[in-house]
Amino acid sequence: MTALDAYNFAYLDEETKRMIRRALLKAVAIPGYQVPFASREMPMPYGWGTGGVQVTAACLTPDDTLKVIDQGADDTTNAVSIRRFFQRTADVAVTEETEAATIIQTRHRIPETPLQEGQIMVFQVPIPEPLRFLEPRETETRRMHALADYGLMQVKLYEDIARHGEIATAYAYPVKVEGRYVMDPSPIPKFDNPKLNDSPALMLFGAGREQRIYALPPYTKVESLDFDDHPFVASKADHACDICGATESYLDEVITDDQGGRIFVCSDTAFCRSRQEDAA
Amino acid sequence: MNQQISGGFSDAPRQSATAFRAILEAMSRPGQWQEVQGAMPPAPLSPAAGAAILTLADHNTPLHLAGALDCPEVRYWITFHTAAPITSATEASFAIGTWQDLQPLDQFAIGTPEYPDRSATLIVTLDEVPAPNATLSGPGINGSVEAFCPGARPTAFPLGLDLILATQSRIMGLPRSTKVEFL
Repeated sequence: MTALDAYNFAYLDEETKRMIRRALLKAVAIPGYQVPFASREMPMPYGWGTGGVQVTAACLTPDDTLKVIDQGADDTTNAVSIRRFFQRTADVAVTEETEAATIIQTRHRIPETPLQEGQIMVFQVPIPEPLRFLEPRETETRRMHALADYGLMQVKLYEDIARHGEIATAYAYPVKVEGRYVMDPSPIPKFDNPKLNDSPALMLFGAGREQRIYALPPYTKVESLDFDDHPFVASKADHACDICGATESYLDEVITDDQGGRIFVCSDTAFCRSRQEDAA
Repeated sequence: MNQQISGGFSDAPRQSATAFRAILEAMSRPGQWQEVQGAMPPAPLSPAAGAAILTLADHNTPLHLAGALDCPEVRYWITFHTAAPITSATEASFAIGTWQDLQPLDQFAIGTPEYPDRSATLIVTLDEVPAPNATLSGPGINGSVEAFCPGARPTAFPLGLDLILATQSRIMGLPRSTKVEFL
């Protein structure tokens, strides 16, 4: 008996998928609002992308081509195991090329290659509530969202400026969706925030442990919070990639020895490889 | 009796996955019609509306049948295939009917400020794809698009009603976030 016979298509049972699908449709209808859902225990620990895996399982069709990345890389443990999981339980085609994928599950990056209409990005989210570190009570944060009372977040960003001279938040940088909900874009670097705005792709966010699903439909207005005199800056390391020479991609700093040696390389491995192949 | 038992998905996991993607695509791109297939419900329920019900409804989703759709054949078919309880409009998660039969719209749940997702989804049945009568804009729409909208909804974003328009074989989404200007 193959894995495909042993499990239902895409692993989850149909009742669970219906529940997730209904949550996804409400999430799309109310961009940026976190829809509660009955997250299931998955055959991987919380923190490994159980939310994203459940969203992907509910969206996958047999005709899809799946790409999975972990901090931009297709070949890390998390990405490889999730990709293999859906190969075994849904028999879907997989790819490392951003252009060829119909669904891209991601942990903490948006690919460098521009997304297209018809593509779905699925983000793995650890803490979906952007106000959680400012206000630990769910009852209070829920009321703050209901009243669009986001002053506390502006105060937090102001305190960053007062303390550091600039907004020190470098990842999970809060955004406002269509002028209404403040949303955590998951721990993507703030370099990726502009890619959320007016994207042709549908973006879905799944938080398994916290049991929340939220979404950005295509062509949705997404603004990074800032101040008139301290505008948002999508920053990256001030280097070129030491492998492919790209100057416009987001870079990882890699320590190469214990003598202080370091290099900067593209975090998006598929982007870096295609540039190397083009150059060769 | 056979008609009540037949006409469901023959391969539920794959057919419902494909149907859901069409519904998700419809809700994400208001104004664009999507094909849905796989269901053969008894008349007057259309195959497209039937597929949406098979994909989304179950024993957790109270379902309201409005007007001519509230007939024994449709009730039995939905109950057999989904186990969704057939209820009044006020309690419904899903409601199905023509735009006229679904009136007045204020009988449906539009959510609460804390939980705007606790709102009804209306499946509006149509005979065929009508001519555009409105300009739509908002999330999911690149600029604006001319499309059909059956009528005004109570607007109190983020509260509101989400619509799935369904002809015989196609569906279109009109989430509450869509801004509608009638031509």
